[in-house]
Amino acid sequence: MSQEIETPREQILYANILFYGCWLGIFVMIVTYFLYVFGLLEPHVPLQRISQCWAEPVGKYVEGSGIPLGWGWVALLGKGDFLNFVGIVFLAGLTVLCFLTLVPAYVAQKRWIFAAIATIEVLVLILAASGILATGGH
Amino acid sequence: MGGWRRWLLVAGVMAAWAATQGAECFAAECAETTAATPWWVWPLVLFFFCFVLGIIAVLAGVGGGVLYVPLVSGFFPFHLDFVRGAGLLVALAGALAAGPGLLRRNLASLRLALPVAVIASSCAILGAFVGLALPTNVVQICLGGTIVFIALLLLTSKNVERPQVPRQDPLSMALGMSGAYQEYTGETVEWKTHRTLPGLLLFILIGVMAGMFGLGAGWANVPVLNLLMGVPLKIAVGTSKFLLSITDTSAAWVYLNQGCVIPLMAIPSIVGLMLGSFVGVRILAVAKPKMIRYLVIGVLLFAGLRSLWKGLGL
Repeated sequence: MSQEIETPREQILYANILFYGCWLGIFVMIVTYFLYVFGLLEPHVPLQRISQCWAEPVGKYVEGSGIPLGWGWVALLGKGDFLNFVGIVFLAGLTVLCFLTLVPAYVAQKRWIFAAIATIEVLVLILAASGILATGGH
Repeated sequence: MGGWRRWLLVAGVMAAWAATQGAECFAAECAETTAATPWWVWPLVLFFFCFVLGIIAVLAGVGGGVLYVPLVSGFFPFHLDFVRGAGLLVALAGALAAGPGLLRRNLASLRLALPVAVIASSCAILGAFVGLALPTNVVQICLGGTIVFIALLLLTSKNVERPQVPRQDPLSMALGMSGAYQEYTGETVEWKTHRTLPGLLLFILIGVMAGMFGLGAGWANVPVLNLLMGVPLKIAVGTSKFLLSITDTSAAWVYLNQGCVIPLMAIPSIVGLMLGSFVGVRILAVAKPKMIRYLVIGVLLFAGLRSLWKGLGL
């Protein structure tokens, strides 16, 4: 049996956003990393100090180095180390962007179950990204 | 091909040196060793180590995260909190890069992935919080046990290329969990799922474990999709890889928000593993993956036992 298989249109759209977004994110990540490690932008935490902190639990690192939690890093975007979060956060946010395109596509097709699932997924990811949920850490 | 072998040898030597440095670090007082080492040494070593890891992961047919977390936490001076944060980003970047190709060729099914993703990603958030709240030695012991289990699973599980699904169950029909793909021969293969409810329930556990250990979860996704739900192996592997881009995203956000991502070590890991994967795909055509698979199982067993050892404080 041989016949042409059609890939659903919303799946192609998702793939295209993922493709361009992923490579853009990785490119940004590499550029900002070089700006950081070659000292073109002064870091919030000195490079030599980080290598003394990374063997400790996250709680000690955050407390000892004045690392902001949640979205607090946005205020420190002028610092070399926190500029790196632009690429990282872009990659982590890409899935939300892709899912946002799925909702109207499924609504247009009257596939209500899929539209509902895609909406729930967007909400789950936004909740995780928001930093509203918090833990004490150790 | 000689060129690839030469590169592999150079990278292998660098990785071996990396492992020696890491082992030395743990043999001595770790904090003192890292303090004495110039800051740029560890990211450089990590980059080469992850480059080799990326090649090996492709040849062995496992995800990068499952090798990264136990090996880097075992042989490098980084605390498990940061290794898990970076491990999730490593698995996420790999899944994001592979996703477009899999979706366009219909080798990953969005409709199969959607319900599974909601369950796994919600539970990954829970897993991430549990993992960050538990004492490090408890997480280390659980991680060690899981890694040993994964090694045994890789050794014993026999995936089925095209499982027989006599009847699609009602839940699968309601969720539209069926589709078709084309083999290289031009043959069209139609597929559907069964035992959908137990399969979906297992993704609760898979999500929690992915978030808790930062491992990625391809090692668990594939057997559940293939052996339990009856998805053809190609679709199970493709959908599992794509699924990681969603599951790991939710857990990665938790680690990011808690300060567990240090760019100085996370970015060389991501870039090194991705470059290694590209090289690995080219080597795959001429390599003998079976031998490498057994080697990886051996390494995982060793890393798992080391993690257990560290967790137990022996």
